Amino acid sequence: MSTRIEQIFAKGRPAFVAYIMGGDPDLATAQDVMNALPGAGVDIIELGFPFTDPMADGPVIEDAGIRARKAGTTLASVIGMARTFRETDQSTPIILMGYANPVYHMGYEAFSELASKAGVDGAIIVDLPPEEDGPLREAMDSKGMSLIRLATPTTDAKRLPKVVSGSSGFVYYVSMNGVTGGALASGGSVREQVARVKHASKLPVVVGFGVRTPERAAEIARDADGVVVGTAIVQALHQDGKDAALALVRSLSDATHTAK
Amino acid sequence: MDKPTTNETWPDERGRFGDYGGRFVAETLMPPILELEAAYAEAKVDPAFQAELDYFMTHYVGRPSPLYFAERLTEHAAKETGSAAKIYFKRDELNHTGAHKINNCMGQLLLAKRMGKKRIIAETGAGQHGVATATVAARLGMECIVYMGATDIVRQKPNVFRMRLLGAEVRAVHSGTATLKDAMNEALRDWVTNVAETFYCIGTVAGPHPYPVMVRDFQAVIGHEAKAQIMEAEGRLPDALVACIGGGSNAMGLFHAFVPDTNVRLIGVEAAGRGVKSGLHAASLTGGTPGILHGNRTYLLQDENGQIADAHSISAGLDYPGIGPEHAWLHDKGRAEYVSATDDEALEHFQLCAKLEGILPALEPSHAIPRTLDIAKELGSDGLIIMNMCGRGDKDVFTIADALGEDIAAGTDG
Repeated sequence: MSTRIEQIFAKGRPAFVAYIMGGDPDLATAQDVMNALPGAGVDIIELGFPFTDPMADGPVIEDAGIRARKAGTTLASVIGMARTFRETDQSTPIILMGYANPVYHMGYEAFSELASKAGVDGAIIVDLPPEEDGPLREAMDSKGMSLIRLATPTTDAKRLPKVVSGSSGFVYYVSMNGVTGGALASGGSVREQVARVKHASKLPVVVGFGVRTPERAAEIARDADGVVVGTAIVQALHQDGKDAALALVRSLSDATHTAK
Repeated sequence: MDKPTTNETWPDERGRFGDYGGRFVAETLMPPILELEAAYAEAKVDPAFQAELDYFMTHYVGRPSPLYFAERLTEHAAKETGSAAKIYFKRDELNHTGAHKINNCMGQLLLAKRMGKKRIIAETGAGQHGVATATVAARLGMECIVYMGATDIVRQKPNVFRMRLLGAEVRAVHSGTATLKDAMNEALRDWVTNVAETFYCIGTVAGPHPYPVMVRDFQAVIGHEAKAQIMEAEGRLPDALVACIGGGSNAMGLFHAFVPDTNVRLIGVEAAGRGVKSGLHAASLTGGTPGILHGNRTYLLQDENGQIADAHSISAGLDYPGIGPEHAWLHDKGRAEYVSATDDEALEHFQLCAKLEGILPALEPSHAIPRTLDIAKELGSDGLIIMNMCGRGDKDVFTIADALGEDIAAGTDG
């Protein structure tokens, strides 16, 4: 039996991964957006949960987290969004993304239990590097969930095998040094970087950070197994509303799917 | 067997003090952190590095700092109870730049030089670490960028100007509570963006390994000197050490050499703000629970959902919702005691110290004075206490004038 994540990559076309912040600007609106993402071509949903001190995020995602927290959003209520989503969609993988402290505070076992029952497929915890993710990995493994690791331009050849060996589901390649949305896409090919990761791992490689436009998404999708866009979608939702955000998602997913 | 009876075997190779510490950072920062750990391990045992550090500590920083018998404060303590322990101040406020912070900056920036890094970033709360970093960066010819919360920029104006005079760029941080923790977030964001050429000079015994142990080692000179000085002055070890705690670097610096001496009480004083029960405080050990922030697992002020709570203290240097992981460990093991003092107590004892000893203490060590007096009374005349006077109060005169309802802004004294 293959997992929901494996089924996405078995389709043989680049996957489009969309990030939204859970509970931004409130749970009901965020739920509407989330439920509409698969219809706009999204293959995998990265669902952020807010934290007061998002050290790896730029101002757009940080502000989204502030709005979500003001609306009373917690890790538990974001997991609740996943549960609601699963009532109508059983095939789109959901990956929770955020920082360690809310998860640690809930307890790694309790988190894994709650998230797996809600139909969550995996998690990306930005500040749990391989040196620190063991206890959460064990707890998630026991529930059949994937803890997805990040590889970055600073992850050198010596370190890369160690980083990717413990990942499951896919490897998230952070295409630049910096915070989310913090810099314009550097342009050019990510082929060499993706090849470097693929040489070390059999898992699909998904590329994110600094991708804002359909053109750039297509460029990356030619070399990678998937593309992640977060900041541009969060910004569109905040500034122009749900319809504008979903229109952007549609253009990004079309560009990604037809890139090869 | 996990009792801290020696002071060289911990933290372990993963940077853990028991359950605390570690390296909770984004993958982008793991390689530079491992590089830093290796470079520090090499430098630590290199006599040439140690000789260069010693030279600067003596001729530039002005070490050793005196151990001073605070006779009138001791008499004051004895007034109520009839007898009080002798109170000594370890005078780290006499260092170049006016606080203990420069001990660590000197060490880290010489390490940065050795690693070939020319761009220095730092976070600062009270501005003392920022001033010390800017000072050493100027001396070593390095570029220096200091992140400082917008709230702290207002309450520490003299230090902001000082940093600019020293050639540093001070970047205001408006996110979150616009205080020390937000400055640290912003410095981490800078580091992750400019990772190749940048050295992050963390100002306290917190952050990802190796920072807590490295900063402790550079600050440990305080306790090593104090130990020799008290032996010379009194012929015996003290009964208690007292130091204020924000992140905990001056306290760890004083405590470290004495940790194996289990008869010496180690007492850390956290900032109770308007009272621990008021919720407006910065006492992470007294009022917090374990969690993960800024690269380490330690005690944090947080809510029931793991969101970091706002800290409050009149002292910008103590206004931080966490504490160094080694303190968390010493606390759990019962080797050190952690108490607290309020904003009002700090203000009152700032004035007392100024009038009795002719020393303007910084607001940070002003928190340590009331608890030092308590211990002095408790121990009686046979007792001996060393309090770390870790900074001078010149930087705080605007805050203190404001709290006392006096207007000392420029131009009003004509």
